[in-house]
Amino acid sequence: MFVTAAYAQSTTTEGAEAHDAAAAGEVHTETGVAHEGEHGSGVFPPFDSSHFASQLLWLAITFGLFYLLMSKVIIPRIGGILETRHDRIAQDLDEASRLKGEADAAIAAYEQELSDARAKGHSIADTAREAAKNKASADRVAVEADLAKKIAAAETRIADIKTKALSDVGAIAEETATAVVTQLIGGTVTKAEISAAVKASAGN
Amino acid sequence: MSNDPTHQFLVNKIVPIEIGGIDFSFTNASLFMVATVGAAAGFLYLTTSQRGLIPTRMQSVSEMSYEFIASMLREGAGSQGMKFFPMVFSLFMFVLTANLLGMFPYFFTVTSQIIVTFALAVFVVGTVILYGFYKHGLGFLQLFVPHGVPGALLPLVVSIEVISFLSRPISLSVRLFANMLAGHITLKVFAGFVASLSALGALGIGGAILPLLMTVALTGLEFLVAFLQAYVFAVLTCMYLNDAVHPGSH
Repeated sequence: MFVTAAYAQSTTTEGAEAHDAAAAGEVHTETGVAHEGEHGSGVFPPFDSSHFASQLLWLAITFGLFYLLMSKVIIPRIGGILETRHDRIAQDLDEASRLKGEADAAIAAYEQELSDARAKGHSIADTAREAAKNKASADRVAVEADLAKKIAAAETRIADIKTKALSDVGAIAEETATAVVTQLIGGTVTKAEISAAVKASAGN
Repeated sequence: MSNDPTHQFLVNKIVPIEIGGIDFSFTNASLFMVATVGAAAGFLYLTTSQRGLIPTRMQSVSEMSYEFIASMLREGAGSQGMKFFPMVFSLFMFVLTANLLGMFPYFFTVTSQIIVTFALAVFVVGTVILYGFYKHGLGFLQLFVPHGVPGALLPLVVSIEVISFLSRPISLSVRLFANMLAGHITLKVFAGFVASLSALGALGIGGAILPLLMTVALTGLEFLVAFLQAYVFAVLTCMYLNDAVHPGSH
């Protein structure tokens, strides 16, 4: 307001017309403003009731129009956008959880297959090991039987040879004894005597 | 141009109209009401015209203001209060846009006129009263009888409740009006200091730095106030509407 005072002081020197304007509490000389000044005559502009009717009418028109626009156009539109996005997100989440279920099922199936294959592998290995073991033991039994047979044959032969050899021993001894006797004492000794002597010594 | 800080609130006739001896002229106030409606509706209309599933920046501004008011109303008045969403949204957008438009130099601030804010407040409280009696009949008067008050205190409490209810349109309108008015006057006074000090020569120009800084700071503050007052107006509207929807709840 200090500017108003300064302006008023400067205008007092200019004449009666300016003085009147300053006295009316009005610092403007433009016609439009001066006109308002006459209406309000110093009233603080927002409290000047002369334009209340016009303000109310235009507020009712503009705000009413705005309200209609908002409720008929803008709000359904933004609401629709948000609704669509909300639905889309829910749908995508459903899809994602469905895919996750599928992936989980696939992983479970894979694990199942893997463990089946492992079990099968084990069983094949076990069967093979068992078969090899059986074959080895069968072979061993066969070999052992063969060997036993050979040993038995050898023993039989040995026994035969031994028996034969032992049976020959008497004859050899008789011959030897006959020869020895013949060489030593001359004459002859009957075979029966020699044989009895040999038997007697063999019996010792 | 004048340095009178109240000059910015003067209402000037642009198209004089007179109906039945009453002045209904199209004034600068009317012009800025139209501009407010045009700017707010145009912004909301154009930014949402793509209806993008993934919003652009401007579209998300519109969506944010929608969701901001929707959650405010749902918290304030419950899901039954959502039928007032267009009203609260319109009020918020109108007041916010009018306040922000007023921040432009030489623009008229619609909300700095007491008659405008009072009309908006009467609209709110009138809606509360009409809907309250329409929905609850005389049960709406429960609003003035809080629960759990001893019988002896009841007349006192009820009269206080009635007075506070009747003062709502005044407090709602004066709060918005006075904030906008005082902020713009303060801005104008400090900006006026800058102009008049710098007319005094070199020393004056040096001295004008302080009010200039003040003007810059106040401009920031005024943007905050412009938003805050629109927010407060909308929040209080939601609270008052809650009384219309649930009159016996307090």
